[in-house]
Amino acid sequence: MEIPYTVEARPDTGLYNGKLGIWLFLASEVMLFGALFSTYVLLRTGDPNWVTEPMSVPLATLNTMILITSSVTVVLSWASLRLRDFAKFRLYFALTFLLAAGFMVVKAIEYSTEFSHGLYPWTNNYMAVYFTLTGLHGLHVLGGMVVIAYLIGPGAKMWKSEPARFTNRIETTGLYWHFVDLVWIFLFPSLYLL
Amino acid sequence: MGGHSPEDIKKETRTYILVFVALAALTVVTVGISYLDLNTGAAVTLAMIIAVAKGSLVALFFMHLISEEKLIYAVLLLTVFFFAVLMFMPAENYLDDVGQRFTMEGVGHPEGGGH
Repeated sequence: MEIPYTVEARPDTGLYNGKLGIWLFLASEVMLFGALFSTYVLLRTGDPNWVTEPMSVPLATLNTMILITSSVTVVLSWASLRLRDFAKFRLYFALTFLLAAGFMVVKAIEYSTEFSHGLYPWTNNYMAVYFTLTGLHGLHVLGGMVVIAYLIGPGAKMWKSEPARFTNRIETTGLYWHFVDLVWIFLFPSLYLL
Repeated sequence: MGGHSPEDIKKETRTYILVFVALAALTVVTVGISYLDLNTGAAVTLAMIIAVAKGSLVALFFMHLISEEKLIYAVLLLTVFFFAVLMFMPAENYLDDVGQRFTMEGVGHPEGGGH
């Protein structure tokens, strides 16, 4: 069965279906992370004895730069496909995956350092908020890595059969990935700098 | 998405690199500012202004919102409205006395008193 509007735009929306779909999904993700940010604000402003544990600003800054760079590589991978350069696409997409893995490694180092100092999600409100927000964000990074790995690997077959549809898949993956970067852009100052 | 010439796409690529440089610079600024001795209000305001600036760059250029269809803008407008509701909900906590401690003279037990 042919799935309609995977490439050509729907006349009423002006978009191919995947693009509207991913933006609707991202809108729901805004509400998910927004609810957790709102919780953080409520907990922090409501607690006169709020405790902030020392966090590694250099490691978090490194992670910020890693994610920003991965946003560039993912958009360059899409641009390469539009220029019909599959080799360049694969290079930039693989770089995105590696940067994401790097992010998770840094996160693992941070978490194990915190555990070794006796800081757990149940230690105090700050650690609960920190682990919830960064943990959920980390799960989103992992999910993105799974999709990227599929599209570099077995999913790349579609470039031969339906190149335009494959390009659109990369675009929607990129949109998701930029959102993951966007969430971290707000997480970083909220948890580490303020 | 279709109909862009290779020259247009190469020009877009240059924009992506410029945006990356701007994002890196704003990251340095936001970390630098955190080491200044600012009061809470100023620190939060400045940090959020920079975060919004960075987020806008990602959304407008990497996510191509600068040239998107009206329907996406409509979806996002709705999202922004509900997000604002979410973020202002904690303020509702302070709009009345519900949940606040208060005492009435001659009523109830003194703090730490016996049963």
